[in-house]
Amino acid sequence: MTATVAVPVDQPLSVGGREFRSRLMVGTGKYRDHATMTQALEASGAEVVTVAVRRVDLDRRNEQGILHHLDTARFFLLANTAGCYTADDAIRYARLARAAGFNEFVKLEVIGDRETLLPDTQGLLEAARTLAREGFRVLAYTNDDLVTALRLEDAGCAAVMPLASPIGSGLGLLNPYTVRLIKRRLSVPVVVDAGVGTASDACVTMEQGVDGILMNTALADARDPVLMAHAMRLAVDAGRAAFLAGRMPRREVAVPSSPTTGLIA
Amino acid sequence: MSQIRITLNGQVRPVNAETSLLAVLESLDLDPRLVVVEHNRRIVRRPDFEATSLSDGDAIEVVHFVGGG
Repeated sequence: MTATVAVPVDQPLSVGGREFRSRLMVGTGKYRDHATMTQALEASGAEVVTVAVRRVDLDRRNEQGILHHLDTARFFLLANTAGCYTADDAIRYARLARAAGFNEFVKLEVIGDRETLLPDTQGLLEAARTLAREGFRVLAYTNDDLVTALRLEDAGCAAVMPLASPIGSGLGLLNPYTVRLIKRRLSVPVVVDAGVGTASDACVTMEQGVDGILMNTALADARDPVLMAHAMRLAVDAGRAAFLAGRMPRREVAVPSSPTTGLIA
Repeated sequence: MSQIRITLNGQVRPVNAETSLLAVLESLDLDPRLVVVEHNRRIVRRPDFEATSLSDGDAIEVVHFVGGG
């Protein structure tokens, strides 16, 4: 799997004033055990990992938080506001996350529907405005609506994160058109979050030209999360390179690849 | 020492009056560097844990980072 030609090096992913080598961001939830998570993170090549904020379980004091299993010198912690259904809750969780003392970044989620975990765009915009004013670098998990994405950018978000498909669904990129449109029209980075299932999903997503991709269940629920993380690393690189290479146009008819002259009679 | 009742992560608990927030965390074997604390909905900075004394009816939330997507 080593390259035999020199491949041009891509620009780093720049979000909220920070630069990252890897365009693949990975979640830390749902792994069968911490060892699997650690190995999967390693195999993925990711630098940005998401974490959630939850009560310490006081009755099981031996259960440790995720920081016991993450090298915080190596990984950039992106705290999320998962489980928040109102702007007030999301703002509260974001402030708690920042108080942990790592950075001012937050993956903002304000959920509008329990079954699909689709975002509540009104609550999302309200929380984004408030948090951006307080100096947070807001990466907003949103749907694939262009207007919402533009409003989030106007609200001061550092990045917009349109979903590929519902969280944990593994359905892949349901609407390449809208994601491509969002990327074309926004000035801030676009990082697709949610719904990626397998490597081809990640590759197709990156081919739309987006700046990065975030996934969790695709790794945690794979039979072999570590091997899938490796596959995703390759897929993200492949999709990015294909995008930068500039794909051929699609045609409705055939165009021969071999000469049409010099045929024997 | 008289006792007061505080709500800690949703559970009502008795603690000694004039206990500090730091003392409560330590009594629970919690490392103050790895948790974030809300006292009556206000986040308490770590340097202030020791100086924050608790009153009857106070609500404390002690949170930390866990795995999530």
